[in-house]
This record gives sequence, C-alpha cells and structure tokens, in this order.
Amino acid sequence: MTPFDAVVADAPPGGVWQGAAWALARDLKLALRSRPELGVLLLFYVIVVTLFPLGVGAEPALLHALGPGVLWVAALLASLLSLPRLFASDFADGTLEQIALSPYPLPALISGKIAAHWASTGLPLVVISPLLGLQFGLAGDELVVLALGLLLGTPTLSMLGAIGAALTLGARGGGGLLALLILPLYVPILIFGAGAVDAMRGGLAASPQLSLLGAALIAAAVGAPLATSAAVRIALD
Amino acid sequence: MLRAERLAAQRGGVTLFANVEFALGPGEALLVTGANGSGKTTLLKIVAGLAQPDAGTLDWRGAAVAPFAAEARATTLYIGHATALKDELTAEENLISLARLHGAAADAATVNDALRAWTLEPQRALPARVLSQGQRRRIGLARLRLVRRPLWVLDEPATALDAAGVATLQALLAEHLAQGGIAVIATHQDLALPAGSRRTLQLR
Repeated sequence: MTPFDAVVADAPPGGVWQGAAWALARDLKLALRSRPELGVLLLFYVIVVTLFPLGVGAEPALLHALGPGVLWVAALLASLLSLPRLFASDFADGTLEQIALSPYPLPALISGKIAAHWASTGLPLVVISPLLGLQFGLAGDELVVLALGLLLGTPTLSMLGAIGAALTLGARGGGGLLALLILPLYVPILIFGAGAVDAMRGGLAASPQLSLLGAALIAAAVGAPLATSAAVRIALD
Repeated sequence: MLRAERLAAQRGGVTLFANVEFALGPGEALLVTGANGSGKTTLLKIVAGLAQPDAGTLDWRGAAVAPFAAEARATTLYIGHATALKDELTAEENLISLARLHGAAADAATVNDALRAWTLEPQRALPARVLSQGQRRRIGLARLRLVRRPLWVLDEPATALDAAGVATLQALLAEHLAQGGIAVIATHQDLALPAGSRRTLQLR
C-alpha cells in the first residue's frame, strides 16, 4: 500500500464533458492567438467565390444559376485547406501523444477539437456567405436557405475532414492525399446543400434537403469522433 | 509493480531489442541507457502505453498493459522527447493546460509552487516561442509537481537542463520514489538517485 493507491482511486472516471471542454477551450484560445491565419482562410473563400463572376461574365441569369453551387464548392475547398490545422501541429510538437494518454476519453477530446475547428473556420464562412450570395443576385429567402444549409453542412465537413486529417498524419504528401480521400466524401453534402437552394428556386420546399443535411450532421457527430480516435492511435503507434 | 518479460521491438523490420526483462517495485527507478537508435524511446513508449511490443509482456499493477488502456492512462505520466508546448501560449498557460489535460486541478497556488521550483517565474507570462530549449524542458517537467501519478516515464528529461535544473529533477525523483512511486527514465547522463532505488538497463 503506497500513498498512490488513494490517488489512483480518485482518478476521474470517464469525464466526457470535461475532456471535450478542455479541448474546445484550448483550441479556441489557440485560434484567437493565430487570427491572421484564420483571416487568410476567410479571404481565400471570398476570393474563390469572387473569381467566378470575373471568369464566366456578368450575365445575371447565369450568375444566379451558378451562385449556390459556387458558394458551396468554395466552402468545401476552404474546409479542405483548413484541415491540416486540426492535428498536424499537435502531432509535430508531441501534444497529440499527451492527448491520447490523457485519462479523458479520446473521442471526447477529439470532439472538442473538431467543435473548436468548426467555430474558428466553418462558422465565419457561414456568416459571410449571405453577403457573397448577393454578388450572384440571390434573393432574400434563397440567402436564408443557403446560410442555413451551410450552418448544417459545414460542421459535417469538419467532422468528415477530421477522419482524413488523422489518417494522413505523418504521411508524405499528406495534403494531396487528404484531398483525394476527403473530397469524394464531401459530395453528398455538396449535392444536398446546393440542392436546397435550387429546390426553393424551383418552387419546392427546401426542407427535405435541409433535413438530410441535419441527418448527415447527426450521423457524423456520432461516428466521426470514434473513427478519428482510432486513426490518431494508429498514427501514434 | 511493473514487470517486463521478454520484451522485443522492431522498427522498419530491424530488431531494436529482444528479451528485455525488468521488474520494478514501489520506490524503484529504472535508468535505461544505450547508444542512439538502440530503442530507448521505443521501450519507453511501450511502457507508457503508446506502442505495442512485438513480443513479450508488460504487467503494470497486476494487469497486462495494452496500448491506450484506461487504467494505464490514469496511472502513468509520460514526458516524451517532444515538449508538447504551444508557441502561442505563455509558459504558465502551457503548464496549466497540460496539467488539466491529465485531470489535475492546477489551482493557482500549486501552479505558483511549480513555477517557483523550476525558476520559471520571470518567464511565466512570456509566450513559449521566445523561451530557450532548457526553459521549454522545465515547463514540461514542472508537470511532475502538478500531476500525481504512480508511474513516471521520462524520455531524456535532463536534456538541455543546466546543473540547477538537474538538481531539481533529482530532488523531485527522490521525493516521488520515497512516496512509493516508480520511474522509468531514458538518459544519457547519470542521475543521482536515492540509495537502493536505482535499477539500470543497458540496451545495445
């Protein structure tokens, strides 16, 4: 019997919420300290969206038809560009080892990291998208559906992306590999997200597409932290 | 009780070590020495529950250690070669963040004690990016005072430390062992440990 037996007995069992809260708070703090990097990401989104009117010409009907698709594709690319932020620096400086050895459950810590990643990279895109939609002559209710779709869809992008980011940790040429791995998984989100605006434009309700985006969000919220945890453990071994 | 039997590990198809055996009771420390590339870090990762041995078994507190097992995570403190510090955070924020990750309360008084013991007080509000290698190492080791765990796994803890830092490390180790703790330490330089607590393992 040593003094440590008491310490071990006091160890927090589980601690899902504390684990998620730790990761969320730490990653948000880090994001706030590296605002220029996040600004670059937002600027990337704005520029990609703005390139389309310049490239295809200022024909209002054409732009109006292209708008939702362009905004969604740009959101996918911006999400892809932000993914290496999620684990790469933690992997390089040894923090990821400490996270995987924490007494808190790894999926809880990962969930917190993904939530912080979405709040710092996905949420700004959602907020700015109605403004960019105006460039394409989208009407008020179309802008609402577009923003709502992005609000439901971008967290799913972060979660699916987390799996890919963890799987490509330590791989040479990880960035290109990540794109090949993740972009096909993004396709359903793109179809339903852009489809929601198209449906409403065609006089139909957007709710089926938005419901499907919501369903994808819930499914990813359950599965992605577990899959990402498994991938992180493989990367560390 | 930590007991290794016929442990073996490979990296890239090359056998690093085989038939490694040791048994440590409360109050004992194992100093692992060996040339560069002899597998010290790999052995420590196995003990910490980060990697799986290719052969052999490792028992800790009467159960086989599986990588990332909850029991091992709650009882082991691993301080690896990488410092796990974030350049954007200050010395104090880094220390508190790492301690909380391990479930420690990290209240102001304990954190102040730890910073003072490692003479980090003047640097507490500086971002880790401007700190020297030795100071970064000190922040990592300051966790030893905040996170109470019976098993310490330390990979080259004395690297980049000055003489005063090594003395602080040795004092902490002596205190840990006196309380019945166990430590596994990979090191290139000799560490003074209390009489009777020292076990050694040479990898080749």
